[in-house]
Amino acid sequence: MFRNFSISRKLTWMNMLVSGAALLLACGAFIAYDVISNRNGMIYNLSMQAQIVGFNSTSALLFNDSHSAENTLSGLQAWPNIVSAGIYTPDGRPFAMYRRGLGSQAPALPPIPPGRVETHQFKTSEVVLVRRIVFQNKPTGIVYIQSDLEGLKGRVLQYQVVAAIVLGTSLLAVFLISPIFRRDIAEPIVHLAGVARIVSRDKDYSVRAKPTGNNDELSVLVDDFNGMLSQIQERDEALQRAHDELEQRVEERTNELATINKELESFSYSISHDLRAPLRSIDGFSQALLEDYSGKLDPTAQEHLQRVRRAAQRMSVLIDDMLNLSRVNRGAMRREKLDLSAVANSIAADLQETEPDRRVEFVIEGGIHVVGDSRLLQAAMENLLRNSWKYTSAHPSARIEFGKSKQNGKHSFFVRDDGAGFDPRYADRLFAAFQRLHSASEFPGTGIGLATVQRIIHRHGGEIWAEGAVEKGATFYFTL
Amino acid sequence: MIANNKVILLVEDNPDDEALTLRALKKNNIGNQVIVARDGAEALDYLFGTGEYSGRDVDLTPQVVLLDLKLPKIDGLQVLRQLRANEVTKLLPVVILTSSNEERDRLAGYELGANSYVRKPVDFNEFIEAVRQLGLYWLILNEQPPARR
Repeated sequence: MFRNFSISRKLTWMNMLVSGAALLLACGAFIAYDVISNRNGMIYNLSMQAQIVGFNSTSALLFNDSHSAENTLSGLQAWPNIVSAGIYTPDGRPFAMYRRGLGSQAPALPPIPPGRVETHQFKTSEVVLVRRIVFQNKPTGIVYIQSDLEGLKGRVLQYQVVAAIVLGTSLLAVFLISPIFRRDIAEPIVHLAGVARIVSRDKDYSVRAKPTGNNDELSVLVDDFNGMLSQIQERDEALQRAHDELEQRVEERTNELATINKELESFSYSISHDLRAPLRSIDGFSQALLEDYSGKLDPTAQEHLQRVRRAAQRMSVLIDDMLNLSRVNRGAMRREKLDLSAVANSIAADLQETEPDRRVEFVIEGGIHVVGDSRLLQAAMENLLRNSWKYTSAHPSARIEFGKSKQNGKHSFFVRDDGAGFDPRYADRLFAAFQRLHSASEFPGTGIGLATVQRIIHRHGGEIWAEGAVEKGATFYFTL
Repeated sequence: MIANNKVILLVEDNPDDEALTLRALKKNNIGNQVIVARDGAEALDYLFGTGEYSGRDVDLTPQVVLLDLKLPKIDGLQVLRQLRANEVTKLLPVVILTSSNEERDRLAGYELGANSYVRKPVDFNEFIEAVRQLGLYWLILNEQPPARR
């Protein structure tokens, strides 16, 4: 319970417990001291009375006058504490008795230790004192006095009441005074705790704890706490500055990139537009020459013009492929679910339609679903399947597959054919733009298709690689 | 000989392309008169009867406008925009005939209300075929929008 108290409550309780304990100890000691000194006083008084009674009874003992002795004893009535008293002969026979109120038989005498004239015994509610009567160095009798302890008890009770009052008053005073300590000790701690809570809750490192104005450990704690806050604040600001700087740099870079991208776009736009116009003229007017002046041109001249036209058309294809390649990197990726099997089937159907005489078996695994940009992935699949279609064209019959496989624990997709294949020594050049492993007369092409596929796969965070051998076909693996 | 009394407006700044287009039209036996405007401003002058064409009866609209996109002064898309904003020409068939295969050009062209978008192929035989199909559709099959007024 004490653990969960607030500091100021703990302080109050601490003060009250400490002062209460100190007061209790002090009062206990006082009472004990008083009891002891009162007992001693009581014994002294009883001893005096026994001496007086003994002295006054000497002649009665000597003359065996018990009546006179009883008269002497009756003088003890003046002391209400004395319960009973008696005079005995030296051999212990009762000689004269006194009783306060109705008495009993004469009590047995406690023995007096040899060599001493008197002894006393404290019991729970009484004290008994025995004293020899000595006359002319001869023992003439024994006085016995029994007294109750009512006086002593009353006094102890009185002391207890006083102690209780003192204790109560002191605790009240402590309770009233403790706010002064609270102001000096508890309040700075409570304030410190409040500030710490604000800091941890709001992450506001600009707040500071109030200095206590004292010169104690608490003020050191507050100063150090504030010092720590300053350090954190500095670090925080430095971090924020670095962050802002970084953000600004990123923004600058982004703007730069956007500018470059824009330039690139207008560049490719210009290529698309301006580079093709002269080609159209070259091709168109060559054709016009062939048509309008065929009679004046010999076969060699006509063949030259055909070469000019083919070159122009080939350059046109090159320009288109280049633009397609650059388009792969432009524009935002739209990720969506795509059925690659369906895409492959559709492309296969298109290919078969273009050359219905070819005997090509397509083996396409069903149900291959991926997530990616459908426009780009369709372009990639188209390039790969068209490639296979092209490089199997020299064979009388061919087989083109699309499916899933697992290699080195990685899931990948593959497009496989049994066509012309390639020399694996040059496999790394397959994906470089404008690089070809076959001449254009063997298989037409610009060398951009696989570069485009690779860029598409890379934009999806995937990888592409190829396996193959000359005349043993090629397999293109890719991950997404 | 396919012919009717309506003209074809060819908006083209490249003289080679102009000659090739005229040749392609001739190869396809399209005998309509061809008015050639060499930039966007000239095309608009012709259509709206302003500038060097002031006084022309603007109600005599061309059968079809063959519009290049990259033009001096006022570019093709701008011409198309103004043409569509004008009461007389807003329903005029416009075929964009251009080198550009850029998606944004195609998109902008259609958004501004082009009726067709044809990319000029490099292979002249393909170009002739494209012009043949254009002529077939816009000069013969297509019903003209009802005359105004």
